[in-house]
Amino acid sequence: MAKTLFYFIVFPGFLFTALIGLLVSWIDRKVTARVQWRVGPPILQPFYDFVKLLGKETIAPQAGSKLTFLFSPIFGLAAATVVSTILWLVMISPEKTFLGDLIVVIYLLTIPSISIIIGGFASGNPLASLGASREMKMVLAYELPFILAVFTPVIKAQGIIRLGDLLQYQWANSIFLNSWSGFIAFVVAIICMQAKLALVPFDIPEAETEIIAGPYIEYSGAPLALHKLTRWMMLFVVPMFLVVMFMGGILFSGWHILWGILKYVLLLVIIILIRNTNPRLRIDQAIKFFWGPMTILAVIGVILAFLGI
Amino acid sequence: MDLKTKALTKSIWVFHFAAASCNNCDIEILDALTPKFDLERFGILLVGSIRHADVILATGAISHKAAVRLKRLYEQAPQPCLVVAVGSCACSMCIFRDSYNMAGPFDGLVPVHAYIPGCPPKPEAIIMGVVKLIKALRKG
Repeated sequence: MAKTLFYFIVFPGFLFTALIGLLVSWIDRKVTARVQWRVGPPILQPFYDFVKLLGKETIAPQAGSKLTFLFSPIFGLAAATVVSTILWLVMISPEKTFLGDLIVVIYLLTIPSISIIIGGFASGNPLASLGASREMKMVLAYELPFILAVFTPVIKAQGIIRLGDLLQYQWANSIFLNSWSGFIAFVVAIICMQAKLALVPFDIPEAETEIIAGPYIEYSGAPLALHKLTRWMMLFVVPMFLVVMFMGGILFSGWHILWGILKYVLLLVIIILIRNTNPRLRIDQAIKFFWGPMTILAVIGVILAFLGI
Repeated sequence: MDLKTKALTKSIWVFHFAAASCNNCDIEILDALTPKFDLERFGILLVGSIRHADVILATGAISHKAAVRLKRLYEQAPQPCLVVAVGSCACSMCIFRDSYNMAGPFDGLVPVHAYIPGCPPKPEAIIMGVVKLIKALRKG
């Protein structure tokens, strides 16, 4: 019991993920600043932002539903924590896996988006509702290619849906990224990840130049801090999920740990570079993009995986 | 200085309120936020929603119509929220003083914590003003 609580609250769970999330969001801002030829914020900047937001007044709008509005950030935070716990426990000891944890992780990765949708609709602000409805359309758009891409490794591994067994399959054979079908699925998954994290070019729900901050517009103080923290944690958790699915995760022995961290950093740099070199799409363009080219590419990946290429 | 004040001074998110100015101060504020001056070094970010703001950068001479909106904005902002008057119009009404359609200077409507004079003030002057505000906050 105490061990389970420790897993959820301290090591692979909340505290660890939150700390790495703060660090990763600093890397994101710093690299963005360097791309724009600036100096960028100090390393403690996300920590200061978080503490400042905790110290500010919390306002619940009169027009909205107060309880839903204030509780929605907690769902997202809890989901991100649980995903991180499952992924790290599986990487540290693959026998801790359980049947269908891959499906559980896919479901849990959607919950932060759903918490944003709930919070946006509950705030009673027209711009927040607009942002929440855009977020909903984005979820509908990117989930189809994302799930197809994630199931390509499952098909290649003859229908294993335990994360631990998938990892051991990759350690025994080669990583899924080494095959054509795996590579195609990986490219699709990276682009869907960009949409899942709501970063440019898919930051349509919170487009700050047109609908200000979208679903976050009415949030202030501690709930806003929790929403921000969830986003930073997702910036750590979602690439980690792709590392586990396609790149063989992190093997905890000697030099392999460093190599595993390098895989994650590579994905992070790809995310940051995509984010800094693209303009924002419109929502209809994004849906056409995901249901058209991305789904076709993902289906090609699935067919190739069935052929064993 | 406790952690709360330190975090506030290290991470100031500004909200830009333009009350019928000639737009010059607004352009200078946007200039101050460009990569050349790089205010993100000090944690200063421009936000679009008043609920996220720590500082309201207010420009322009304030008319009767804008006065209502300024008061509402100030009430909507989560405390602690500071107001900085940018430009001569915002500080002292400048050439619009005693005009029939003016609701009075900013400090007659909401509490103003820093004044940055100039028509328009240079980005360096705006940064200087914000630095003085931060120093005053740290002293308490």
